[in-house]
Amino acid sequence: MNRIDQRFSELKQQGRKALIPFITAGDPAPQYTVGFMHALVDAGADIIELGVPFSDPMADGPVIQKACERALKQGTRLIDLMQMVKEFRQADTNTPVVLMGYLNPIERIGYESFADQAADVGVDGVLIVDMPPEEADELGPLLKSRDLAAIFLVAPTTSNERAATICAHGHGYLYYVSLKGVTGAATLNADDVAEHLAPLRGMTDLPLCVGFGIRDGATAAEVAKVADGVIVGSALVNRIAESLDAPETIAGQLKSVLAEMRTAMDA
Amino acid sequence: MTVSATGVSKTVLETKFSELTQMPDARGHFGPYGGRFVSETLSFALEELEKTYLSLRDDPDFQAEFDYDLAHYVGRPSPLYHAKRWSESLGGAQIWLKREDLNHTGAHKVNNTIGQALLAKKTGKPRIIAETGAGQHGVASATVAARLGLECDVYMGAEDVERQKLNVYRMRLLGARVIPVESGTRTLKDAMNEALRDWVTNVDNTFYIIGTVAGPHPYPLLVRDFNSVVGREARRQSLEQIGRLPDALIACVGGGSNAMGLFYPFVEDDAVAMFGVEAGGDGVETGRHAAPLTTNAPRGVLHGNRTYLMSDEAGQVSDTHSISAGLDYPGVGPEHALWKDVGRVSYVAANDKEVLEAFRELTHMEGIMPALESAHALAHAKVLAPTMRPDQHIIVNLSGRGDKDIMTVAKIDGIEF
Repeated sequence: MNRIDQRFSELKQQGRKALIPFITAGDPAPQYTVGFMHALVDAGADIIELGVPFSDPMADGPVIQKACERALKQGTRLIDLMQMVKEFRQADTNTPVVLMGYLNPIERIGYESFADQAADVGVDGVLIVDMPPEEADELGPLLKSRDLAAIFLVAPTTSNERAATICAHGHGYLYYVSLKGVTGAATLNADDVAEHLAPLRGMTDLPLCVGFGIRDGATAAEVAKVADGVIVGSALVNRIAESLDAPETIAGQLKSVLAEMRTAMDA
Repeated sequence: MTVSATGVSKTVLETKFSELTQMPDARGHFGPYGGRFVSETLSFALEELEKTYLSLRDDPDFQAEFDYDLAHYVGRPSPLYHAKRWSESLGGAQIWLKREDLNHTGAHKVNNTIGQALLAKKTGKPRIIAETGAGQHGVASATVAARLGLECDVYMGAEDVERQKLNVYRMRLLGARVIPVESGTRTLKDAMNEALRDWVTNVDNTFYIIGTVAGPHPYPLLVRDFNSVVGREARRQSLEQIGRLPDALIACVGGGSNAMGLFYPFVEDDAVAMFGVEAGGDGVETGRHAAPLTTNAPRGVLHGNRTYLMSDEAGQVSDTHSISAGLDYPGVGPEHALWKDVGRVSYVAANDKEVLEAFRELTHMEGIMPALESAHALAHAKVLAPTMRPDQHIIVNLSGRGDKDIMTVAKIDGIEF
């Protein structure tokens, strides 16, 4: 069983919701990333989304774009992420890891080679922001045959008809984008989220996780009431950006931000 | 036709030129290229746009409205002008200029913005956004927005804002807001990223007018259709004025919308050779250029479509360089990518130095000051014409006029205003 499915089935038994932090790999420099991943797990992360830095992150706001720029300046490549996951797995064989990013770096490696490497190092899922299910006919089967979950986005603008198609193609969990906009934009409206999640429940058994606009314990707890998981990105990446002059303090800060969310969600 | 990201399929190479007119397929693919690689929030807007356009494409009322605007607002048909003095000096083929520089706003860009503005009106969106490199598409978008009373924001790389001050001021006079983009390379690709971000955020009330035959489906299709008026006119004018079809067509290629507009109606005319001229920058051998087709850049995905894309080994999009802001783009429209693979169009590059020479030569010999973009096409005409006979004919797309580039050229000449 894929680690993601395993984790959600455990959470369900415990009656808890998933907390899913996102960080950009290589930010502020590649040597910190694995340490950050362990810190996030210590603070209560259930799944880690590891961002693949890209030169043109069109769906992201300035916070994550700058994180990409920092990581790329340090020379972080997709093959370096593979090494990071491999290193992470030496100490942690349980926490699912999802690679999240844009298609072009994967096109350059080649779909087959990417899928092989990801499976070898212990990646569990792949979320490609600019690859909707309609364009996944080549990469999708390659991921599936290696038991890697292809995770797709659902947006507030997604029609029910499209949502059904996405549900049929998705694995692991569905990533519901809570807002029209880019990452780190406004604050979400929990009632609105609940309203959009309701029809999805009727279409799929996949866990529904919500991202975009989750800033603190209060918003995380609110979303956890209606969703199966809470994804937090910009709030963490912001902390990294604010502490570039003291990178040794970042792991501790990430831990405290995430622990606050964990506590609020579990309360 | 099979779709493969990893290699040119055999079926692509066996594609007959007549089949090229049937592209894109229902999913917006041009063979292995094109598509709709966007974040989910935009899928609905693109589906809606596609539906609207396909329902209007063959609608006589819509076409009549479009044709009326082209005739009475844009000033079409644009002339096909025989550049006799220049042809004689080159000592080869006769060169004809398709005068898109005479259009209202000064470039071919207005054909497309008129078409998309009509679509915006049909979809009832009160706000227009656009991205621009040299500013020609920004000016054309600001123009149609002014005419229809729509709010208009134009994203422009900060470097381009600097080198195209005249067009920035024109847009502001037209009532548009010009938003300088400081991220990335501060050029056209970054302006497109920002426009896409804006669109994701304001998708309910905003119509995004993409300026070239790139981007997610259906943009490459509808921009091609709206600009094909250039080639239809050129074909008819050639039959009338030359008495037959031309031997060759030449157009510059950044994203490729003026080239697509000229070439598309000639695609099945096997005897007409076609040349797309990319930005050679400091020279393709230096790596400082914007010529993905000429240099066989790897395939990649950016801005919603798969195409030839300048990127490094790790898949990061490369910096580009061109004297001309309008061609300074690392990718190219997906239909051009397919045309290269099937061999219908030859893609070459002209470097900045050759472009400036062609700019000066046409200005001196014909009294026509071309845009630096168009001067790329002229630079290749200088190479091609002398290899042909005086009874042969070349049509060069003069995609825009050079007023906007005077500052750039003056700076090179050491002149300050």
